[in-house]
Amino acid sequence: MSNKMTSVSTSKVSLKSKLRSKKGQQLMVIITFMIIPLTLLVVFTGIPFVKMIEFSFYKMKYIGPREFVGFQNYIDVFRRDDCFKSLIVSVYYMGGALVQLVLALYFATMMVFGVKGSSVFKGAIFFPYLICGIAVGFIFRFFYARGFVLDTILTGLGFNAESIPYWLQDKRINNISLVATSVWRYMGQNTILFLGAMMSVSPDLYEAACLDGANKWHQFRYIILPSIKSIIVLNLILSISGSLSAFEPPYVITNGTMGTGTYFVIMNRLAHENQKVGLACAMAIILFIIIIICTVMQKLFFAYVFDDGTADESKSAVRRRKNEEKKLKRMLERE
Amino acid sequence: MKKMKLGTFIFTIIKYISLIFASIIALIPVLVCVLTAFKTNEEYANTSVLDRPQSFLNFDNFVTAFKQANMLRGFLNTGLVLVVVLVASVFIGSMLAYVLNRFEFKGNAFIRNLFMFASLIPGIATQVTVYQIMHKLGFINHLYGYMIVLMGTDIISIYIFLQFFENISVSLDESAIMDGCTYFGVFFKILFPLLKPAIVTTMVLKGVGIYNEYYMSNLYLQTPDLKTISTALYTFTGPYGNQYNYICAGVLITIIPILIIFLIFQKQVYGGMAAGAVKE
Repeated sequence: MSNKMTSVSTSKVSLKSKLRSKKGQQLMVIITFMIIPLTLLVVFTGIPFVKMIEFSFYKMKYIGPREFVGFQNYIDVFRRDDCFKSLIVSVYYMGGALVQLVLALYFATMMVFGVKGSSVFKGAIFFPYLICGIAVGFIFRFFYARGFVLDTILTGLGFNAESIPYWLQDKRINNISLVATSVWRYMGQNTILFLGAMMSVSPDLYEAACLDGANKWHQFRYIILPSIKSIIVLNLILSISGSLSAFEPPYVITNGTMGTGTYFVIMNRLAHENQKVGLACAMAIILFIIIIICTVMQKLFFAYVFDDGTADESKSAVRRRKNEEKKLKRMLERE
Repeated sequence: MKKMKLGTFIFTIIKYISLIFASIIALIPVLVCVLTAFKTNEEYANTSVLDRPQSFLNFDNFVTAFKQANMLRGFLNTGLVLVVVLVASVFIGSMLAYVLNRFEFKGNAFIRNLFMFASLIPGIATQVTVYQIMHKLGFINHLYGYMIVLMGTDIISIYIFLQFFENISVSLDESAIMDGCTYFGVFFKILFPLLKPAIVTTMVLKGVGIYNEYYMSNLYLQTPDLKTISTALYTFTGPYGNQYNYICAGVLITIIPILIIFLIFQKQVYGGMAAGAVKE
């Protein structure tokens, strides 16, 4: 083992000197390979982002004079009825995301315990994720329309036709109907993510647990759940920004009428129909700030809650062990 | 074989029933569209939505939808955009990942973070100002302008390529350099061919994303002959308001290519999902 280690390090040294002698060529590769992606990044993300911050302080249209208004746009986001309501609507979507997570967790667990024909189930549950948002919109406009799919199914099941509510017009439930489409669309993708993480647990572990007399619940609680807790938290946090970003289905199904305007639907309307560019930019910046907060939360969560390894190993020990493992893996690959 | 315990038996039943139930829920909205798409106007008006159409060979609605929404144009435009953008972004993404993975230079970490940061900025939100830039560059209502915006590297393909490079041993590069190969040669002759699985994964994921993209094509391609498949589909909100037999046909026309791609590349799609998830 130690023999190999030295051979690796000597080859590294010789490579290093080789690289240094080719510094010029290396620089050229770096520049030519990065110039296009960096230009694209600056032009289509960097500059727009800076401009967005600038515009958010002005009252302006796409063309014509503009007027500096300070933080008025930001205040308006919380004062204006349409903007503020859209924030409330996103709470529905967050609730939906929670339901979706629980369902995904359930189905992924069922599949990890072994199912015949799992690829069929996987495919069926996942496929909605790949359908274009506009098509999803049409599918559910049809699904919820009065007297169409859902109503027919319900009356077929024996519900009284008159007691069935208007799924898209009734303000008490229309947001729930729309959130359901989003659960329908994304639940399968979550399931696949969870399943991927669960599968990374060595099957020996399940076998050993079985021999020790662990039942399914114990397996879930002590093997499966720990293996995917970080991905669950990740998804929980992502669902906050995700629920503010819901766009195409509500845009097609109700176009944001009857109090179903999500944050993006309202932002789109303000930006491109009403040409309130400054206000739309302020909305975008607020969304961005929320996303940053979520990301920081996620980082903190991973740093302080999860990365502590097991009880008898300190954080730094875990890190050392992981590095050691990485090195070993690399060495094995080199052979 | 041992006899199944009662608890295990009940568990198995629950497992299958819930999975079948979920699959049905996932498929019903689409299946009803299939039923409806084959119905004539008369059937559509007089039968229940859950009734079978008289014939599954009645493709009239598909023909009408295809013509009315000018979907041929949509498919041609989307196809062209797909080819150009996918080829370009595979090269852009893999070259960037190569540089970031293989060379240690000042700013390496900074550039990684830059792309990471960029991925946090919500796409639709920035279009307010991207629109202005597109306007200044004269990119609006040109297919090439739309293509260039889409080429902007997304973090997921960078991650997929970076991960892949990590698993290709550096000794390959080393020996090629020793043999007198240039860095360009190393990338194009040796590493690029090895990237094939990663290329397929990013192409499938990004391809589905572009095929389904609506917002930007609606914003930047406004003339009728520049319709993409999703903006073409959106035209059904207008004249066909409630003729769902046509709308369903249109929806199915757009779904079928995705379904085929999914059936062929299932593994890559699932694998790509996982790669996207570990971006923390």
